[in-house]
Parts: sequence; C-alpha cells; structure tokens
Amino acid sequence: MSTSTTLEAPKSGTWDGGNEPMKASYGKLMMWFFLLSDAFTFGAFLIVYGLTRHAHTPYTGEAEAFTFSTEWWPIPEKVFNAFPGFHGVDLPLAFVALMTMILIFSSVTMVLAVEAGHRMDKKDVEKWLLWTILFGATFLACQAWEWTHFIVGTDEGMLLPDGTTYHGASMAFNQYGPPLFANLFFFITGFHGFHVFIGWTLLIVAFISTVNGVYHKRGHYEMVEKIGLYWHFVDLVWVFVFTFFYLI
Amino acid sequence: MAHHIENDFQQTAEIPKPQTKAIWRTFFILVGLTALEFLFAFTMDAGTARNAIFIILTIFKAFYIVAEFMHLKHEAKSLIWSIIIPLALVVWLMVALLAEGSYYYESITNYFK
Repeated sequence: MSTSTTLEAPKSGTWDGGNEPMKASYGKLMMWFFLLSDAFTFGAFLIVYGLTRHAHTPYTGEAEAFTFSTEWWPIPEKVFNAFPGFHGVDLPLAFVALMTMILIFSSVTMVLAVEAGHRMDKKDVEKWLLWTILFGATFLACQAWEWTHFIVGTDEGMLLPDGTTYHGASMAFNQYGPPLFANLFFFITGFHGFHVFIGWTLLIVAFISTVNGVYHKRGHYEMVEKIGLYWHFVDLVWVFVFTFFYLI
Repeated sequence: MAHHIENDFQQTAEIPKPQTKAIWRTFFILVGLTALEFLFAFTMDAGTARNAIFIILTIFKAFYIVAEFMHLKHEAKSLIWSIIIPLALVVWLMVALLAEGSYYYESITNYFK
C-alpha cells in the first residue's frame, strides 16, 4: 500500500505539448501543409508536361519557318500570340504577360490586406480585398478569353494530308501540335484557373465577413491571412506554369 | 445595438500607419524578374542556356513570393524546413520522369526503324 505520492515534474520540452513549437496557429499550419500537398499535385502536372515533351519530337528548324504539325511539339510563342482586339496580329506572349502582371498585382493587394488586418484597420482590409477580388475576376476573364481563342483556333489552322484544314482544339485533336499538347493545356491551366476561382470565392466570403465586422469582433484577421496564403500559392503556381508552359 | 463595450479597445485605439515598404520592394523585384524573362525570351535563341536562365529566374521569383508574401522567411525554423524538405520529392520525380520521357523517345525513334 502506497501512502506517499511522488510528484512527477511536468514535461516542458518543445514537443511535450501545451505550446506551439512552430509558433503558428493550427489553421495556418494546416493551410501550409495543404498547400504543400497541392504543390505535389501541380508539380506532378508540370512534370508530366516535361515527360510528354521529352517523349515527342522537338521542332529543330528556324523559328520563322515554324508551322503547326502533329509531327513535332509546337513552339509556345507561336501558339500563344493572340491579343483581344488585335485579330491576326502576331503578338507573342503579350496576353500572357498581361495575365502575369494582373496576378502579381492581385498578390500585392492581397498582402496589403493582410498587413491592414495586422493593424486592425477594417477600412483598409475592405479596400485591399476589393482590389484583390477585382484583379482575380480580371484574371479569370482573361483565362476565359484565352481558352475560347485556343478552342476556336486561328484563321490558318492546320493543313491536313487530305487537303482539309483543322481549326482550334479539342481533347481528341488540335491545330497546334500533338493531341497531348492541347490536353495538357486544358488540364494544367484549367486546374490552375479552378484554384483561382476557389480563391476568388473565398475572398468574397472574407470581404462580406469583414464588412459585417466578424473578424473585428473576433479580435484578429487571421482568416484573411490564411486565404492570403492560398492566394499567394495560386500566384506561385502561375509563376511555374508561365515558365514551363509558355516560356520554355 | 452595436454599441457594446467589450472588445472596444481596438475600435477606440489609434490605427497604426501602414508599413508597406518591404511589400512594394518585393513587388518591384517580381516585376523586374518577369521583365527580364521577357527580355531573354525575345533576344535569345531557344536552347538549354535560355531554359536554364528561365528556371533560375523562376526560382528567384518563387523565393520572393514564398519568403516575403507568404511570410515563410519569418516563421519558425521547424516550419520552414517542414515545407521545404518534402519538395525534394518533386525534384526527384522531375529528374526520374524527364529521363523516362527521353528514353521513351529514343526507343520509338531508334528501336522500331
């Protein structure tokens, strides 16, 4: 029979509980690890693009003499050279440059909203969230135009061996190059656009909550911060899509 | 309504001035790096050297977005490494599948002649 109780000294190491070893809230940590898993998904998509490209014949001739053919992988600047309002004018990568700038701008307004949240400045959070929503919507509209142009095709199209001309792109065939080129375009930019759309929806929810004073009553704007992390990740993915799909 | 006293210390307190210098600095770096990419895209012939430049500039852009905009640079060391180290798997997959693609291309062009 034990009559004396021994007091165990409470554990106080970094990982013994009762504190935050990574100095970040549960929500922020989970957002980080979700984004890590999402990075794997996008990484796999872009790596499959690289695999497919290495498995196809590269175009080796002069860039000026380039024509669309299923024989070789297309040069991206010959595919993405259209701009709204400039029909038939060769403007390589001009539209994608505009889209990149819009997304960088939206990232800056997002980080300004997060900064305003740290200062509990409700008016500034509203202002910067609204700018981010505007840039996000513009980006999505640009992508809708880009997809439409890609699907409808150019006036020249691709001349087929039987003398007919094929315009535009579908999952089965496209005028730009091997079928997998259009498939990967749809999957990679589509998955990215879907992410932008999700982020845009979250931003609208955050804006409504901010206007209603939900975060102010809560005493912190961490929700804006978490949505900001997601939004910046979407911008980060675009940086990689831009390099590996449009530049290289 | 809406005239509660609780939590009102934040409403009545003076809102500090915005500290946005670092944000705009990062913005100009990102715009500059993108402009540099376009410069190389139009002045340099396509090839391994140009692709290497694109990839290096992309990694710089990624660093500034993650470190400054996503604030990872200012987080705890353990969080930084928990995010960075698993990404080595992506590099491994990239090396493996690019080699696989090249091998497949070699096979269909040379072996079935």
